[in-house]
Amino acid sequence: MGRKVYLDNAATTFVSGEVLQEMLPCFNAIYGNSNSLHSFGRDASAIVDRARDRIAHAINAQKSNEIYFTSGGTEADNWAIKGIAHAYASKGKHIITSSIEHHAVLDSCKQLEKEGFEVTYLPVDKFGIVNLADVIHAIRKDTILISIMAVNNEVGTIQNIKAIAKTAHDYNIIFHTDAVQAIGAFKIDVQDMEIDVMSMSAHKIYGPKGVGALYVKNGILIENLFNGGNQERGKRGGTVNVPAVAGFGKAVEIACRDISINQQKLKAIRDYFIKSVNEKIEYVQINGHPHQKINGTVNMSFEMAEAESLLMLLDLDGIAVSTTSACMSNALEPSHVLRAMGLSDELAQSAIRFSFGKNLSKSDIDYVVEMLVKNVARLRSISALTKAGRK
Amino acid sequence: MYNKIVMEKFLKPENAGSLRGANAVGKAGNANCGDVIKLYFLVDEDGIIEEAKFKTFGCPAAIACSDIACDLVRGLQIDEALNVSSREIFDELEGLEDSRVYCSVLAEDAIKLTVENYYKKKSK
Repeated sequence: MGRKVYLDNAATTFVSGEVLQEMLPCFNAIYGNSNSLHSFGRDASAIVDRARDRIAHAINAQKSNEIYFTSGGTEADNWAIKGIAHAYASKGKHIITSSIEHHAVLDSCKQLEKEGFEVTYLPVDKFGIVNLADVIHAIRKDTILISIMAVNNEVGTIQNIKAIAKTAHDYNIIFHTDAVQAIGAFKIDVQDMEIDVMSMSAHKIYGPKGVGALYVKNGILIENLFNGGNQERGKRGGTVNVPAVAGFGKAVEIACRDISINQQKLKAIRDYFIKSVNEKIEYVQINGHPHQKINGTVNMSFEMAEAESLLMLLDLDGIAVSTTSACMSNALEPSHVLRAMGLSDELAQSAIRFSFGKNLSKSDIDYVVEMLVKNVARLRSISALTKAGRK
Repeated sequence: MYNKIVMEKFLKPENAGSLRGANAVGKAGNANCGDVIKLYFLVDEDGIIEEAKFKTFGCPAAIACSDIACDLVRGLQIDEALNVSSREIFDELEGLEDSRVYCSVLAEDAIKLTVENYYKKKSK
């Protein structure tokens, strides 16, 4: 007893030592308000500038002033969707997004619908991929924005962002992507990928919670989400969270510096995990694309074993995973992502997301698989669903 | 998320499993979330539920509600089982989160469907 294994890194990660070292002085040594004119303020401002430079460099933004710090990915998504919609409302009122976006995007779109905007929610195929032809077919004369996430948070599928962005530009439409799960997973070059606006977050890449950023290419108009100050060049009021921003900058720098070694490690762990599960547990389905996916996330349905019960049993064995069944978020419906991918209710209700981190060992995986074998068998032994009932 | 009683019933359900010789089976499913509760009753010649068991695909609350449902109907006259309400199941568990109250309703439905199944079989 007492063993703990954290497999919920897509929810959040620990703050790495290097990041923490970067943050600590900002709490008490360099504590000025980065907007103040005096030396205390200028020192803090220099730290914010450095973080901005690091992030701009990591994503190959043309200028650092295209990075705006926010309170996280959710604010970045809200700001992108609403800010662009409002700035371009005179040009048109149609937005295209996908049915598997994060709720920060989906609910922002719902809000805009109440204001008279029209939104097309594109379907995905069984792997969770948005089809480019569907994007083209959905484009109208009054389409002002296309927003498609780079990587889905539940199944890890990677979207064809570059192709969709190019298509958007063929029609003179702005392209936004939620890249919260993509930073550090693969190289993102906003210029090469033709991304106009991009949401990012720190706490998925060993940075602190409560800080994120929105990349807005110069020339793109965006209305403010918050009013109340001239911080972030007048675009985002509110005192800048200097320690968090410093940590974020460092986290992005490290994520990009270590990308190949981290990805090699994650891929090895992920492949070992899948192989072990397949060897030891029957009736398992992997949800998502077979290879167009990030290395850090695996979504699996353990048929006949309900996910939330499995999560609770694993938790008692010290293993942290997440269920994509929205039961956890207190809605009754299964995950909108798995539904959109066409999974049956039973399979969607049996889906567990395992998201790996850079500190995991093979022995951790062995332990997890051992506990999975035990707990899946237990739930299946009392399940109302049967093998005979499988489709 | 779950209180101590729900967790206890979830971890150590006393009535889980199928029931040999069961002469009534009922299955209730929740279309929204996919939970399924299946109950098995062994009803004796005098119409008394001698034994009750369950098999459930669902969250911890659904499993706990199933277990309680079996306890509540055991020893009852078959048509008395119709009086077992979701409220009673809820109370036995000393409460469920709002989002899980439907599990107690699902268990009540399963009881009713099992009783119905008993009469159906009997009339044949």
